[in-house]
Amino acid sequence: MSMPAALAEVVSDFQEVDGQDKLALLLEFADELPALPADLEEAAMEPVPECQSPLFLHVDADDRSQVRLHFSAPAEAPTTRGFAAILAAGLDGQSAEDILAVPDDFYTDLGLAALISPLRLRGMSAMLARIKKRLK
Amino acid sequence: MPLPPDPSPALQSYAHPERLVTADWLSGNLGRPGLVIVESDEDVLLYDTGHIPGAVKIDWHTDLNDPEVRDYITGEQFAELMNRKGISREDTVVIYGDKSNWWAAYALWVFTLFGHPDVRLLDGGRNLWISDGRDTTLDVPSKQTTGYPVVERNDAPIRAFKEDVLAILGKQPLIDVRSPQEYTGERTHMPDYPEEGALRGGHIPTAVSIPWAKAAQDNGKFRSRAELDELYGQFAPSGGTDSGVIAYCRIGERSSHTWFVLTHLLGMEGVRNYDGSWTEWGNAVRVPVTTGSDPGDAPGAS
Repeated sequence: MSMPAALAEVVSDFQEVDGQDKLALLLEFADELPALPADLEEAAMEPVPECQSPLFLHVDADDRSQVRLHFSAPAEAPTTRGFAAILAAGLDGQSAEDILAVPDDFYTDLGLAALISPLRLRGMSAMLARIKKRLK
Repeated sequence: MPLPPDPSPALQSYAHPERLVTADWLSGNLGRPGLVIVESDEDVLLYDTGHIPGAVKIDWHTDLNDPEVRDYITGEQFAELMNRKGISREDTVVIYGDKSNWWAAYALWVFTLFGHPDVRLLDGGRNLWISDGRDTTLDVPSKQTTGYPVVERNDAPIRAFKEDVLAILGKQPLIDVRSPQEYTGERTHMPDYPEEGALRGGHIPTAVSIPWAKAAQDNGKFRSRAELDELYGQFAPSGGTDSGVIAYCRIGERSSHTWFVLTHLLGMEGVRNYDGSWTEWGNAVRVPVTTGSDPGDAPGAS
């Protein structure tokens, strides 16, 4: 199991900050979640019911050497948006093989467990699990 | 000094209208001495995207729960939290939050464990405030206070433990406020994440299924007194004043919302929240469980 460089960089950004600064960083990610491309609509995307707030996911693996990931979550769910943005920043454009090699529990390295209840954090692992399922 | 209650006619049909405020009332009282506004959300980041001017944030997970033992904070910790947030014992505290005040009601219930005298909910919560286009700010208040008294938590009147539930099975009413799928046992946990769920699915025998959100309208406001009476009338005590109701969900947050409705809007006495809820019951050894859509019978009753 290994992490693509882009995801490792996100993880190390989180490891460099503590406490409220970690939440501020997560909010920055939430604000930067890329908008959906014009040809994608939520209705056609896969819902991720494990998340506490609505999240929609689209995995485009036509080119397995460069998988495209798209996420949609409402503004009133910034934590869910933040989690999605971490995966977008770290995994969008990576190869299917590299994404499948990401450790399922990579998010524990972000150090968010003390700040966000474990019940909410599971949304993050659910998103990764669903992405991987599409690539197997 | 606590503030006078919101005189809005919309609230007067509830049993304790002084436990709710309307957004108009809150707007008109922003910045008034003796009033502290608290935002309590499920989403830990939401407050920082903009909140009601003057509001402080209290997080259910990091502020109200003990970090090690599955329990609430102590009287010392609560006093320290209140001082840090600038809240005095005499203050009127108005709590609001996301998801129809689901977590706000939970915070209000924890404030009640410590007997904070005047604690109210903002009817409609965060979503209605935002969708009405009312003022928000990114400014975080820095006011701190001293002298909030250390008050020993008094659990017994409003909090039930597993042993309490076992003792009343078949004698007093239980309300399961989770989703229908959780009630029947079709779903014990979220798919793929068994460690976050329960080993057994279903409900506590005799518990009636009334999902918590039925008490709220689409805009997050509470339903009218008449609608709530219809929904929960079956639990009104037939003799005496003690309803003896215990409500539960998965960890006790959704059932705090129902507890608020029964206690403050309908005026039922003796309502308790079983915060151990399904994450305790569904993992406990040798407790009775019923699956399917019928409430089922208490063991030994026939």
